[in-house]
Amino acid sequence: MEKTPKWIDVGLIPLLNLLIAFVISGIVVLLIGENPVQAIKVMVDGALGSPYGWGYTLFYATNFIFTGLAVAVAYHASQFNIGGEGQATLGGLGVALVCLAFPWPHWSIALLAAMIGGAVFGAAWAAIPAYLQAKRGSHIVITTIMFNFIGASLLNYMLVNVLRPRGSMDPATARFANSTHLPTFHDMPLIGQFFGKSVPANISFFIAVLACFLVWGLIWRTKLGYAIRAFGRSESAARYAGISPVKIVMAAMLISGGLAGLMAINNVMGTGHRLVLNSVEGAGFIGIAVALMGRNHPFGVFLAALLFGFLYQGGGELALETTIPRELITVIQALVILFTGAFDNMLRAPIESFFVARAKANKEA
Amino acid sequence: MDFATIIELLDSAVRLGTPLLLACLAGLFSERAGIFDIGLEGKMLMAAFFSGAVAAMTGSAWLGLLAGIGGAMSLALIHGLASITFRGNQLISGVAVNFLASGFTVLIAQSWFQQGGRTPQLSGNARFEPITLPGADAVKDVPVIGQIYSNLLSGHTILVYVAFAMVPLTWWVLFRTRFGLRLRAVGENPESVDTAGVSVIRLRYTAVAITGVLSGLAGTYLATGLAAGFVKEMTAGRGFIALAALIFAKWRPVPALGATMLFGLLEAISNRYPNIDLGVVNLPIQFMQAVPYILTVVILAGFIGKAIPPRAGGQPYVKER
Repeated sequence: MEKTPKWIDVGLIPLLNLLIAFVISGIVVLLIGENPVQAIKVMVDGALGSPYGWGYTLFYATNFIFTGLAVAVAYHASQFNIGGEGQATLGGLGVALVCLAFPWPHWSIALLAAMIGGAVFGAAWAAIPAYLQAKRGSHIVITTIMFNFIGASLLNYMLVNVLRPRGSMDPATARFANSTHLPTFHDMPLIGQFFGKSVPANISFFIAVLACFLVWGLIWRTKLGYAIRAFGRSESAARYAGISPVKIVMAAMLISGGLAGLMAINNVMGTGHRLVLNSVEGAGFIGIAVALMGRNHPFGVFLAALLFGFLYQGGGELALETTIPRELITVIQALVILFTGAFDNMLRAPIESFFVARAKANKEA
Repeated sequence: MDFATIIELLDSAVRLGTPLLLACLAGLFSERAGIFDIGLEGKMLMAAFFSGAVAAMTGSAWLGLLAGIGGAMSLALIHGLASITFRGNQLISGVAVNFLASGFTVLIAQSWFQQGGRTPQLSGNARFEPITLPGADAVKDVPVIGQIYSNLLSGHTILVYVAFAMVPLTWWVLFRTRFGLRLRAVGENPESVDTAGVSVIRLRYTAVAITGVLSGLAGTYLATGLAAGFVKEMTAGRGFIALAALIFAKWRPVPALGATMLFGLLEAISNRYPNIDLGVVNLPIQFMQAVPYILTVVILAGFIGKAIPPRAGGQPYVKER
């Protein structure tokens, strides 16, 4: 069996798919009577043209790194975790409870505790669907979708009936104490001088990068990672090799949910400084696009998260400066998922057979 | 609670349950043929927008209906291409379809109408008007039976009656026709259908197209029957509740009617009574809203009868070579 070169599998085909997605997005922009070239210019200027833009781009990218890694880890165990949205919502609840529970003396201690809170709540929200999949065979995609909705209702209840400060009409928690506020890029040595005070990117970005390395190590350098990948490739072979399906599904999904929950240190603790309704803003779903584009590799996830951070910030600028609504980003996101995910075989099949035929011809010559 | 209130609640349950019923039957055809469809939400939303937009521009609800079906159909075709022709992941395709609809509808609505992602308010012939069944006014004052007839059964739009008629029709098609037998077979064991010389691809595309038509009806009802025009994200998770109902009904048409009407009733109750005080516990509105999802998880977990999906569901069919 001839194999296609690796650069085609992880380089050429994803890039071509991405290109198609962007070309179609450009056509949509034309259809609504705007100029796509002008739109790209506004987006690049707004997202990458200034430290202010970068501050937002990296802030969004931080969210997407966490949710993208969450989808990727589950995917290696052949579980499609579509519940990142709900897990990140619950992670927000965990982070908020930690921040409000105790007068933290220093942000670093608060951050460590909040990370545990966010990860535990996120993992707990993934645990029930994981258990039902592993033990009772309930389809994890459906159960995680249901848990997204249940999570939204739960958060709504907690904010309206439990955590809302007395006298406040807002469905939101009280503000967190100043001692829990994380250092933003503005507060950091060396880079601080470039970034203004209002920039939301904060120390969570570096934790997200660290998470990429840790996930890489976990998947490719540990026994558990090996078991996860083996199970993901072939359940029957893994079972034969003595790998317990229940253990693997649970482990992969708990790590996945924990990563999604960790996102809250960025969007809740890092900038919001209180928990509001819908603070996740779809980042859990963008994680799906990010993981697909990044081919479930942490480095790929990192690059894809940067791209989506750019799209998100650029899309916001677009809505401000032109008549193109923000929802263009949702369309781009959909097309990226469609072409790099569902339509992957459209280009893959002909390109692979082309290279296989060429390799064969070379051998015979 | 008096009798009139109960009738009102049930009437509201029928209205709210109808889009769920249509979407649920839509999903039933697709999933029975082995194509998972988590993109019902997107198809409904697309149909809601195009029906609302065309009805607003032409003043005709019927033209709106055609446009709505066309909108849902285009997404069904994308889903079919991904899942049947390119043998891609059906779940990923469903996710893409939902986002495509969510973004595209607002983008086009803003470009066409400049009203912040909504269509103009529909009135007159641009909406499907309630139909008064014969004699409904005459028997209005007859206790019980008259009230049921004139307030519960009469006074819905044509799409509601179509939705209810679709239940026995779906049952008949699936379980009493050759097409239905083949459709179910292709969802359980496509090899056997292929061996019998019937095209798996054509059957599955037909099923996906029927899904497009029915989810088109569901979305059209939302924008031109239940509401008067399209607003951004107006499906509000109904496609997922329909999916939940489909599982709840174990992929069967008559239980689908029961499940969707139950979920419609839950919505009607929580609209009318935001907080329900049972004496011992106080059920908050958020709990009522989450009930359909919680019930589905319980059913999926197999604690109350097990829900087993069609066996070949989610797997692309590859012909033997």
